[in-house]
Amino acid sequence: MGNNNENLNKNMPARFRSPSIVTWLCWVIFIAFIAMGLNNANISFERLGRGILNIGSFLGDAFPPDFSRIGPITLSIIETLEMALVGTTIGVILSLPLALLAATNTSPHPAIGTVVRGIILTLRTIPDLVFALIFVISIGLGPLAGILTIAVDTIGFCGRFFSERIEEIDKGPVQALESTGASRLGVISGSIIPMGFPSFVGTSLFAAEKSIRGAAVLGLVGAGGIGVELNTAMSLRNFDQALMIIIFILIVVLIFEKISSAIRKKVI
Amino acid sequence: MISLEVKNLTKVYPGATKALDDVSFQVNPGEGVVLLGHNGSGKSTLFRCITGFEKPTSGSIVIDDTDITKLSRNKLRPIRKKVGMVFQNFNLTYNLSVFQNVLFGALGHSKTAFHTFAPFASQQLREKAMACLERVGLAHLADRRADRLSGGQQQRVAIARMLMQDPEIVLADEPIASLDPVAGREVMDLLLEIVRERGLAVICILHQMDIVLEYGERIIALNAGEMVVNESIEKLDRTFLDSLYAKEESTEKERKVE
Ligand SMILES: Nc1ncnc2c1ncn2[C@@H]1O[C@H](COP(=O)(O)OP(=O)(O)OP(=O)(O)O)[C@@H](O)[C@H]1O
Ligand SMILES: [Mg+2]
Repeated sequence: MGNNNENLNKNMPARFRSPSIVTWLCWVIFIAFIAMGLNNANISFERLGRGILNIGSFLGDAFPPDFSRIGPITLSIIETLEMALVGTTIGVILSLPLALLAATNTSPHPAIGTVVRGIILTLRTIPDLVFALIFVISIGLGPLAGILTIAVDTIGFCGRFFSERIEEIDKGPVQALESTGASRLGVISGSIIPMGFPSFVGTSLFAAEKSIRGAAVLGLVGAGGIGVELNTAMSLRNFDQALMIIIFILIVVLIFEKISSAIRKKVI
Repeated sequence: MISLEVKNLTKVYPGATKALDDVSFQVNPGEGVVLLGHNGSGKSTLFRCITGFEKPTSGSIVIDDTDITKLSRNKLRPIRKKVGMVFQNFNLTYNLSVFQNVLFGALGHSKTAFHTFAPFASQQLREKAMACLERVGLAHLADRRADRLSGGQQQRVAIARMLMQDPEIVLADEPIASLDPVAGREVMDLLLEIVRERGLAVICILHQMDIVLEYGERIIALNAGEMVVNESIEKLDRTFLDSLYAKEESTEKERKVE
């Protein structure tokens, strides 16, 4: 019996395990980065104190918000919304075929799947302000650059989530339609798109919310919308106007989030 | 009407599971065959080979004078159209209407899908879909979403979709395994009635012995991928069939290719 116990105890997992070398190394690198980062940011109590004072004086200047330019600002809010919606719509429409080419279960050829997944990955990893800069340089200042930026950004987002959803679709109904002699197109439109539809709508609405927030800052690099106004107000130190623009953006984003969650509930 | 001939069919899955081992049989037009065998004996694999979803390792399957094991996906389509499938878990497109699901039975009639979309389908096709639904007794539920039906009703919709396809052979893979005994018997009666009135050949995978004896004309039994019985039902009696199942179960094991 005693012998047996000893044998059992030998196999008992230890309470703690010393982490592997790799884990140690990761921790060391991580901590070194944090330390260097804090150091490079030049943090001092003096600077923090001054920052708080500056924010205070910004708020002091900003209140009360200045509603005198409400006309032009409303117009550019509308332009921002238009940019976001047009860009997202174009992006969603292009995402669906790309996702069908990318998903392993609908891709006509594995090589095509890999290439398309690579394209979607690239579009997703490059930040939208970088695309905005590229489009501003290539087609000029204004909302068109913003629309293209948002379309590209949406493809990166929706392309990925659409294709992941397509890959999760139940094989049974798909095979049932294939066994009626349906073509690839028939199977896609008869079972893959209808079954993925609620999820596609949800993802597209998230993309639209993301686009509206994104569109609000694209103006900072000259790609149209409310960001242009905000940039001007800030650099002319008209903080009361800037605050009013910020309040406007807040209201618009909140309203859109309400609408989109209502639609999402209806579809799902 | 077409016949089906399976010759020396062998299927070895990667990982060396021999799911089918030199299986040969023939099904004549209008014949009713019950396929028996314990779990993992290769029944579904046989069906997937017949519908071209699985390429057999060797052997041939001749449908309508064509060896389908050699066909490309596109050449398979007209053959698949002649082989109707009924599945254990119905496999409808659940978030669409019953009517739309039945219309999809006609997908094989053209290379696109447009002609089967309920709003755009021809009057003739829409009427045909309603007739198929009427045949399974669900015309009054045409507009309902498929996921708002009971299991028995869903299987009837699947049968209506299969009718829409105008098949000449029907393969039913445990069509009543997920239904309660009453609904199961109703669905089985309906399926057999329809198959007989249209003179279709049918291969049905079943596990319920009393139903097997009632409906089958011929019995084919698989055991570990080998065909162990291929006899008309008059020559078999209940005790033999029961013993067959008992024996099969006791020999259940992983089969590896040497
Ligand atoms: N895609 C696959 N890859 C590898 N092995 C498979 C695959 N599909 C089935 N098998 C194996 O082939 C054998 C036969 O499986 P099959 O599904 O044809 O049996 P079945 O007779 O339909 O069983 P059940 O009564 O449980 O439905 C099993 O051993 C199974 O594990
Ligand atoms: Mg099976």
